[in-house]
Amino acid sequence: MTGYLFLTILVLSLIAFYTGRSTASRFVAAHGSEVHSRPIYHGAFAAVWVGLPALILVILWLLFQDAIIDRLLVASFPPSLTEGASASQLSLYLSEVKNVAAGRIFAEPSPEIEAAAERYQRWQVIAHWAMTVVALAAAALALFLTRSRLAPRFRARQNFEGALDVVMIASAVAAILVTIGIIVSLTYEAIQFFRLVPPHEFFFGLNWEPQIAIRDDQVAGTGAFGAVPVFTGTLLIASIALIVAIPIGLFSAVYLVEFANDRVRKVVKPILEILAGVPTVVYGFFAVLTVAPAIREAGGLMGLSISPNSAIAAGGVMGIMLIPFISSLSDDALRAVPQSMRDGSFAMGATKAETIKRVLLPAALPGIVGGVLLAASRAIGETMIVVMAAGLTATLTANPLDGVTTVTVQIVTLLIGDTSFDNPKTLSAFALGLVLFVATLCLNVLALRIVRRYREKYE
Amino acid sequence: MSETTSIAPKPFDWSSPEAAARRKRRYAADRRLRLYGLISILTAIGLLGILITSLVITGHTAFLQTKIAVTFTADPDDIPADNPASGDFRAVVSNSVQGLFPGIDDPAALRTASNILSNGATNIVRNYVVSHPEVIGQTFTLEIPASDPYDQLNKGVIDRDLPENRRRVSDEEIALFESLEERGLVSTPFNWGLFINADSRFPELAGLAGAVVGSFYALLVCFAISFPVGIAAAIYLEEFAPKNRWTDLIEVNINNLAAVPSIVFGLLGLAVFIQIFGLPRSAPLVGGLVLSLMTLPTIIIVTRASLKSIPPSIREAALGIGASKHEVILHHVLPLAIPGILTGTIIGLAQALGETAPLLLIGMNAFLTSPPGGIMDPATALPTQIFIWADSPERGFVSRTSAAILVLLGFLIFMNALAIFLRQRFERRW
Repeated sequence: MTGYLFLTILVLSLIAFYTGRSTASRFVAAHGSEVHSRPIYHGAFAAVWVGLPALILVILWLLFQDAIIDRLLVASFPPSLTEGASASQLSLYLSEVKNVAAGRIFAEPSPEIEAAAERYQRWQVIAHWAMTVVALAAAALALFLTRSRLAPRFRARQNFEGALDVVMIASAVAAILVTIGIIVSLTYEAIQFFRLVPPHEFFFGLNWEPQIAIRDDQVAGTGAFGAVPVFTGTLLIASIALIVAIPIGLFSAVYLVEFANDRVRKVVKPILEILAGVPTVVYGFFAVLTVAPAIREAGGLMGLSISPNSAIAAGGVMGIMLIPFISSLSDDALRAVPQSMRDGSFAMGATKAETIKRVLLPAALPGIVGGVLLAASRAIGETMIVVMAAGLTATLTANPLDGVTTVTVQIVTLLIGDTSFDNPKTLSAFALGLVLFVATLCLNVLALRIVRRYREKYE
Repeated sequence: MSETTSIAPKPFDWSSPEAAARRKRRYAADRRLRLYGLISILTAIGLLGILITSLVITGHTAFLQTKIAVTFTADPDDIPADNPASGDFRAVVSNSVQGLFPGIDDPAALRTASNILSNGATNIVRNYVVSHPEVIGQTFTLEIPASDPYDQLNKGVIDRDLPENRRRVSDEEIALFESLEERGLVSTPFNWGLFINADSRFPELAGLAGAVVGSFYALLVCFAISFPVGIAAAIYLEEFAPKNRWTDLIEVNINNLAAVPSIVFGLLGLAVFIQIFGLPRSAPLVGGLVLSLMTLPTIIIVTRASLKSIPPSIREAALGIGASKHEVILHHVLPLAIPGILTGTIIGLAQALGETAPLLLIGMNAFLTSPPGGIMDPATALPTQIFIWADSPERGFVSRTSAAILVLLGFLIFMNALAIFLRQRFERRW
């Protein structure tokens, strides 16, 4: 239904284009070079003003229609339903009404619900027709107005280009809106959470058992929200990943920049890049299927008991994923060191290894550190590997053979399944998300700043 | 200058044994560093090799499916000719199982025997009879997928030589299966079901069709949003934006957005698109919206790079013959930059195709037995399907998961190859 509306608007816009262009062509025939803009711009001007406002109107309408109808519906519930009902109960009624309206009836609905479902259906139809009428009226009005403005001296090109500018600026601002959306939504939900659980408990508490009962008959945790074990688990796994990735990545970069010839470099670099292109869910499955059993077996041979979802398996596989990050950023940093510094060192009689150790690495250090920070930010934000390979219970330990949990694992497990936005279990995921966002943002800003400052030094 | 002569070092004997030893040590350090580098690279490549090999080893069996040729009798008593869909197909199937093993009439043994056939056998027979009503009253032969344990047995994943208590199929069951093999009823053709079936609780019937369609819809939405918006934003920032605090802020912001963990976008999608705007959970529309937010920075960055690579002579020539700034960009610069933009976009979409975490949060990990019909229907995507299967306890899902990963990697390789091809075919050096 809505698809046809879009199509109709598009057709109207095309009609506006062709009529605008043919009108302008008649101007050209009558007035010759006095006509300000080329006919195609008259057409484009008309098309933009007919199509764009109507499209924006429809999109906004669609975005807000459901939310508004929901509000109206809740407001129209008879007091017998709403009396003393909690927010989650109301949303249950709401989904029941929608199910009844869609014909998915499981149990005999109460008369109130049935009446509400009828209202819901009626309002949906009304809203849809109102949207169609308003959008088409806007398009038709625009068609009429634009036609009346077309004239030989009309500056259609400037007008059209102005509209383009608005579209482009809006697109650029959209990128900022995303960031604002992230910050506002995370902060808002996190504040809701901190109303229920005091911040000091969250940031300094040592006990994390968020699986509280949503229904009365569920077996559940006590509802402790001390996130310290979650943070330490994240740091443990990220450190293991970096311990694996930094030496391999750094030595590979040194070899590729200083020792390898062009042919080797051309083959090896893309292969390393493949490691960065493999989806993380694949690494997660690899950790579960191959790495974790192998580590368990190796531990068994040495007489160690290793948890099936040990931090070392998840961290090690994450390290593989990070190798190309470290190697390509170190590669850039080493390459940016001017040749004159190498030549100077060689002229003093230093060997290649001495040049690398004493001259190149210190000179490239800021770039390498920037790369490591970016990799660290990746490591703490990485989700699928740890969701599949790390544990669920938050234990406060520094032993890499134990199972630990991470911030991202907790976010995913808290938000899969029942999600209602009024209990601390769901909201705590947003608090964790906010911590994660702030931490990675700081790391990224720091890393980008270091890398940029360093680049300026040599350019 | 007399001082310098007084502190001149005494000449060093380069041929002395100490000097030779020191040289040797220094060159050894050189060789060591080189060796470390080589070892690191070989480790990285070796790990990639292990990753792919282990996936191929576990996954290749899922591309074949054990099937058993079963002869069914469409008895008109069981299947009413006027309404074949309502027939008692359970009876039809169990009759034909009895026909397969004429010696068996103990009900318990018969039940064991009928477990050789997939649980979906009744459905397969029903669909066949409904689409071929002329077979009612006759016999017909269908290739029915074997159920998971027998599929694994036939492919050699379950070792027949193990002691009985350590494998999942008993000696009696193996004997039944071997009697079928002797009669030549067992075959292992290519598993088309992996591509044309939707998800199922039974590994032998589970396929990727729903996930592929869901991923396709999500990527379509992602492309429809991020491509135009990304190009418009990039053109503005590269060609029109004045250099001031605001545009600086937008730039920093885009660079940071590219490094925000993907799960945060999932939280945003859950809180804004689903909670505030009331869009349906699990819908490819929401998945595509979230993915488009993640792809947007990539597209902006590559578009700016390709706009930058167009030489100023093109712009100047166009300006020189009287084009407006917009005309220069729309008529000359953008068409020349399109190959680079497309290459970057395909790579961005390939990344979006492999993204899992945000899709989990917006519920695209539902169990669905039919492909989505549109962008508003509940759906899964390829990576979330992999996640669901990886979590399933049945043994058959291990190889299915690996096979699904191989399919996903196949799509990714195809998209990246397409991007490389486009770049090499259309890239112009100025």
